[in-house]
Amino acid sequence: MNSEQVIEVRGLTKKFGNLIAVNNLDLNVYRGDVFGFLGPNGAGKSTTIRMLLSLIKPTSGEMKIFGRSISKDRKEIFSKIGAIVEKPDFYLYLSAYKNLEILGKLSGTDISTKKLMSMLELVGLDKRYKSKVKTFSHGMKQRLGIAQALLHDPELIILDEPTTGLDPQGMKEIRDLIIYLSREKGKTIFLSSHILHEVELISTRMIIINRGTTQVEGTVDELLKTDKIKVTFEIDKIEDALRLVNESSWQNNFKSTSKNEINFELTKNEIAELNKYLIEKGFSVSAIIPVRSLEDFFLKITDGGAK
Amino acid sequence: MITLVLIELQKMFKKWRTYIGIIAIGLLTIIVQLVLYFTGKNFVDAQMRGMEQSFVIVGNLLNGYFIARLILTLLIIHIPFLVVLVGGDLLAGEATAGTYRMILTRPVSRLQVITSKFIAGMLYVIILLAWLAFLSLGVSLIVFGSGPLLSIGSGIVIFAENDILWRFLGAYAFAALSMTTVMFISIVFSSLVENAIGPIVSTMAIIIIFLIVSAIPVDFLQNIKPYLFTTHMSQWNNFFNDEVNYKEIYNSSWILLVHIVGLYAITTYIFIKKDILS
Ligand SMILES: Nc1ncnc2c1ncn2[C@@H]1O[C@H](COP(=O)(O)OP(=O)(O)OP(=O)(O)O)[C@@H](O)[C@H]1O
Ligand SMILES: [Mg+2]
Repeated sequence: MNSEQVIEVRGLTKKFGNLIAVNNLDLNVYRGDVFGFLGPNGAGKSTTIRMLLSLIKPTSGEMKIFGRSISKDRKEIFSKIGAIVEKPDFYLYLSAYKNLEILGKLSGTDISTKKLMSMLELVGLDKRYKSKVKTFSHGMKQRLGIAQALLHDPELIILDEPTTGLDPQGMKEIRDLIIYLSREKGKTIFLSSHILHEVELISTRMIIINRGTTQVEGTVDELLKTDKIKVTFEIDKIEDALRLVNESSWQNNFKSTSKNEINFELTKNEIAELNKYLIEKGFSVSAIIPVRSLEDFFLKITDGGAK
Repeated sequence: MITLVLIELQKMFKKWRTYIGIIAIGLLTIIVQLVLYFTGKNFVDAQMRGMEQSFVIVGNLLNGYFIARLILTLLIIHIPFLVVLVGGDLLAGEATAGTYRMILTRPVSRLQVITSKFIAGMLYVIILLAWLAFLSLGVSLIVFGSGPLLSIGSGIVIFAENDILWRFLGAYAFAALSMTTVMFISIVFSSLVENAIGPIVSTMAIIIIFLIVSAIPVDFLQNIKPYLFTTHMSQWNNFFNDEVNYKEIYNSSWILLVHIVGLYAITTYIFIKKDILS
């Protein structure tokens, strides 16, 4: 993969009075990445995105996009970025089509009717192109938000929680669209989210922030796939099973137990092995429930973040 | 830049508030015209009472010019209300709607965005005044015909038919300058808040307070009167004096122009530095 750095952020900090919304944040996004920017509510995701897009000024820190400074090369940089910041807002008194037309013109390209309609079709709004945005549901606005971000065929797409408010079908469509844009169109995508699962499904690299600072960072494979997984086995004859585990080499993987459950820490391969082992010994395993340590960790900080 | 201004105008003319001024001016003008059409003869006679002996008046006094002048006098004090209705919303409306996030993350500079707003505001003032001129002067001339203009100010003056049109042009040009000042004040306030009501009320409050202050016959207040922009706004009247005092007009024009440039500069400076939190 090409290693050209698309977003480079060093020591980014934003204070609102006494509150430190973003604290000494570093970001590295490379061309072709689907970069997951994870964090619970209030973690500082939107604030970071606002700074990246120069809607607000950092208290301190350096930012470069496409290797250039935004304050100097604003126009060139912005002509190659499409973005959704926070919830998608439009001119409510204008039609979906007119909104896109205006935003397209501001992007410096006179976009043809055909292109506009195909954009609306892409997000499933082509039948409603004449309707005023006032009449749209939140999910429809979110879809229109995606359309406006893609309008001018940008290289870098920054999406701030693009799936909030969408139904499961809509969420999947957006995920598929992001995967398509990344794989087929070679776009770089910066995706903020508070849903680990969502990021896991589509991202290549990710960072988790909380209270404005980095908690974990790496490729999704590193962080999720090769990770030792906490697994809960639901099993009958729990006492016999525990005895067996303690007498075997599996005791190294043993973590804890409760009611009819035993918790282990295992790799993927080991799950299958242990399952086979228990069945061979005459136990019946009614469920295997994986809980990844990262997910655990994320839940913990999400709890903390909500306070 | 032209694209940006056109976009601003498009947005403006898709909003209801934009038409309030246009409809109000239309209605008021038509009402005055109707009233004068039916009772105008008495009205002019009343104005002329006692004069018949001293003047020999040739021609129709209840003509288009007379009506245009009357409507201008009646409406000009109300036009600031109509202007700030649009001006107060020009920037605050984007904040309320959250659309700053959409437009300021495009390859246009904030300077361009704010400048296009000011230009659009100025164009609205011009459109509004042109509409007023068209209805009150254009339509009145067609309906009531032409003639000499009876002008009642500090004294009574009658201008010959060929000595009138330029006075209206001057008065309207000056009114455009005054109303642009009002428009720009409302845009300044509009850039500071996220709701259009505040700027509308504040701008009107300033105008009203200034007008009251300058009407109070206290030495101190009379001394600051020349420094209040509202004092200079009535200078359009000067064009209907027998001897137009150009020195006063230049002076007032300069003061209003400095206001306009100053207001634009301050707002631009604030707007470029501002954190967009809406
Ligand atoms: N305009 C503001 N004034 C003061 N504090 C603010 C402002 N905007 C954001 N904050 C604070 O900054 C912190 C980060 O907020 P931010 O909106 O960036 O979070 P987020 O990660 O986007 O959360 P969410 O998932 O809810 O969208 C929060 O504690 C928030 O209260
Ligand atoms: Mg957010």
